[in-house]
Amino acid sequence: MTDQPTEQDDSERGGEGPLDRAAFAERVDALMDRLYGTALRLTRNPDDAEDIVAEAVGTAWKRRADLRDVERFEGWLFRILNNTFVSWLRRRRSREDLEVSSEPEDGDADSGGDFSLFARLHQPFLLWWGTPEHEFLNRLLREDIQRALDQLPDEFRIAVVLVEVQGHTYREVAEMLDVPVGTVRSRLSRGRSLLQQALWERARDAGLKTVVDSPDRNSDGSVDNGQT
Amino acid sequence: MSHDHEISCEEVIERLFAYLDGELEDVSQETIDRHLAHCRDCFTRAEFEKRLRARVADSVSTTAPQRLRTRVRFLLDEF
Repeated sequence: MTDQPTEQDDSERGGEGPLDRAAFAERVDALMDRLYGTALRLTRNPDDAEDIVAEAVGTAWKRRADLRDVERFEGWLFRILNNTFVSWLRRRRSREDLEVSSEPEDGDADSGGDFSLFARLHQPFLLWWGTPEHEFLNRLLREDIQRALDQLPDEFRIAVVLVEVQGHTYREVAEMLDVPVGTVRSRLSRGRSLLQQALWERARDAGLKTVVDSPDRNSDGSVDNGQT
Repeated sequence: MSHDHEISCEEVIERLFAYLDGELEDVSQETIDRHLAHCRDCFTRAEFEKRLRARVADSVSTTAPQRLRTRVRFLLDEF
């Protein structure tokens, strides 16, 4: 398949590919913050993230002949990064005597998988003074999201990053992780729910309650806003 | 409330993430599109989820350590 890195074939194919060394290095450098950030969110460990990025770039350079279309460089490189991460995860799990396809947390996928930030924020009686959900998004910091992502258990965080951040299809993620598509769906559902719950709790800790929860904001006298 | 009789608000919300992911199984994107075009509540919810996921996607980029850039340049020079 064109431009599809094949994890199984790790031979050094050689060949020049469409990019020379300088052009290749320049493109990698331009993507470095996103490569590192993605690896960091996946691994949650700066040293591991650096190792994975370095290994992925090395693999990409060895396989540069596979890249037929330079316009696909970014997707191609990120796919190699993902494959490198999955291999790293399998090695780590193997050391920990666990299988990457094991699903210890997935049994909970259907329970508590329905937390909705929007439902918490979208309080109709508050609409007279503004839209809390817009206020929330405007106040949300990048660090809040990064910390909330980092709080997620591995399986859920990986599914969210691969689908929401990288835009992979469920089937692509299933193939990457060697799990059924239904497992990807359930991990994603649970991961999103936990992520929204973490963001909600972080926002409340950071003072969102002064906006949403404050009873003296209600000129109609309603105090109980149904928050839990 | 929805004025689109093809699908209820509950059914739309249930499928909202699959819709945003382009992974709907049992209804078409167009069916959801039509509902959202007529239902303010569901449209508002969909816009919120779209904006939130855009913020999540944007949050991933993190300044790479200079030592990583140096390491990668060294690595590429070695091959």
